[in-house]
Amino acid sequence: MKLPRELVLYAVLIAIVAVLPLFGAYPVFVMKVMCYALFACAFNLLIGFTGLLSFGHAAFLGVAAYAAGHALKVWGAPTELGLLFGVVAGAVLGVVMGALAIRRSGIYFSMITLALAQMLYFFFLQAGFTGGEDGLQSVPRGTLLGLVDLTSDITLYYVVLAIFILSFLLIFRTVHSPFGQVLKAIRENEARATSLGYDTARFKLLAFVLSAALAGLAGATKTLVLGFATLSDAHWSTSGLVILMVLVGGMGTMLGPILGAFIIVALENKVGDIGMFLGRVTGIEWFNGLGEAVTVVIGLIFVVCVMAFRRGIVGELGAWWAHRQSARTSAAA
Amino acid sequence: MTELFGIPLSALLSQLLLGLVNGSFYAMLSLGLAVIFGLLNVINFAHGALYMMGAIFAWMGLTYFGINYWVMLIVAPLVVGLFGVIIERLLLRHLYKLDHLYGLLLTFGLTLLIEGFFRSFYGVSGLPYQVPEVLEGATNLGFMIMPNYRGWVVLASLVVCLGTWYVIERTKLGALLRAGTENAKLTEAFGVNVPLMVTLTYGFGVALAGFAGVLAAPILQVQPLMGSNLIIVVFAVVVIGGMGSILGSILTGLGLGVIEGFTKVFYPEASSTVVFLIMAIVLLIRPAGLFGKEK
Repeated sequence: MKLPRELVLYAVLIAIVAVLPLFGAYPVFVMKVMCYALFACAFNLLIGFTGLLSFGHAAFLGVAAYAAGHALKVWGAPTELGLLFGVVAGAVLGVVMGALAIRRSGIYFSMITLALAQMLYFFFLQAGFTGGEDGLQSVPRGTLLGLVDLTSDITLYYVVLAIFILSFLLIFRTVHSPFGQVLKAIRENEARATSLGYDTARFKLLAFVLSAALAGLAGATKTLVLGFATLSDAHWSTSGLVILMVLVGGMGTMLGPILGAFIIVALENKVGDIGMFLGRVTGIEWFNGLGEAVTVVIGLIFVVCVMAFRRGIVGELGAWWAHRQSARTSAAA
Repeated sequence: MTELFGIPLSALLSQLLLGLVNGSFYAMLSLGLAVIFGLLNVINFAHGALYMMGAIFAWMGLTYFGINYWVMLIVAPLVVGLFGVIIERLLLRHLYKLDHLYGLLLTFGLTLLIEGFFRSFYGVSGLPYQVPEVLEGATNLGFMIMPNYRGWVVLASLVVCLGTWYVIERTKLGALLRAGTENAKLTEAFGVNVPLMVTLTYGFGVALAGFAGVLAAPILQVQPLMGSNLIIVVFAVVVIGGMGSILGSILTGLGLGVIEGFTKVFYPEASSTVVFLIMAIVLLIRPAGLFGKEK
């Protein structure tokens, strides 16, 4: 009985997102949320289902954003090949970074991924094809498969939605496959998984590359939507942001990263307004500048989540639901 | 003029000194990280932000209150250390029982919070801070001209690092600390107040970062983001050296600073990435780090 109810929930969510533009939602904003949601879901595959905290996921978003942008703008590649090139770039980088980082575990893994991503950031800063500080500007959207013209936001909206749904299905399938079960076993107790005969390094690398490729898809799609790729995509603060999205939504839940991505992206856009409002209400001058100090708000949410709210929104809801169910069954018995 | 590999020896030596200066900062910061990690099992991401606080406090002391460099060299680390004690008591303490990654996430959030806070007041442009009068100018050593302040930075950090090494490896207090690192529960059973020791250790490690910040104020740009790029390099240093040994941290820090300095001479494009490259190579050859022990 459990699966159909979940299916209904997903179907309703997809339907809502599909009709959002008809109700005046700004398509580019929703597309941006979907890109970050995909990025967060890819990240969650590692932290939530394999127990690896990568602090360098911005590298995959960034490398794919530049790769796709370069292919579309300089080589004039068709849209689908541009996206594919971005995914491949993310995956290849994932193989290299993953192979190095899984040589250490725990906290060292996080530091290594962070350092490697920073190295890539400096590379992008100096390399000619990225446009340095200016970034890669005015990337054309082109036509999908030579048939569908993507210059209209609405057309692109449904393409991005399709990309997101397919990727989400892939993640869903991965998590619920025997492969996903092995990943969970590694998360719970790596030594035990090894003793059961699993080559855990291999599984971790595979999960890492899959996550990197999907993060790459998110980056490539983001370039397509916004028409530019900049250094901030590859900056360590972006790696921090995706961690926060997953933390807020709920690590190891299917829907948490999506909700988290929505909250954080919306917050980044709106925090200036909230600051102005607080400034007006409280009369404290400092709040008016909150828009420039988004990092203060982000940092504060980070601290609050880690201290008091580690399961995230979806995780807490799930726990509440499970508690209610068990209370009901024990009352009936 | 004497030359080495086609580069004037004096230029090479001055880059060596610059490298040693950077290496001193790496050494002080990675030492603090290692001491904290040893006892708390927390990687203190906020180390860079606290280093920045040290530098900004030095600037604030001089600008708002007219307190000179030498006083701030003592006061700023104390204030930063006190701030660290508050962080440990209020926040970090509650995370020890959980997965180590939460400590990293908390201190990452604190970094954003601290940096954002100072940024909302001072922006991102550098705040000017003068070299103290006594250390102005340069000394001719015969084979090179040494700016006095840079020489002082290397000397001061060496003294502090070796002092820390001496206290930890050769005194009773250090023995307790090492016992706590080895087995906290057993140490507590012997009547040592381990929670207090943990708090003070965090405060001390963080004060080291504050001290490094004050030392950096006259030669590097004092600005709210000065710590975050540095801390990532220091993470790479820590991975290269491994966190098992105090002397190892100091040597690795200084050594990598020098290598970075030489890279600036021979292949400037790679100077910002060379430390990360070395990290990748060390991971391939000796994953536990140069001075680390495989668990």
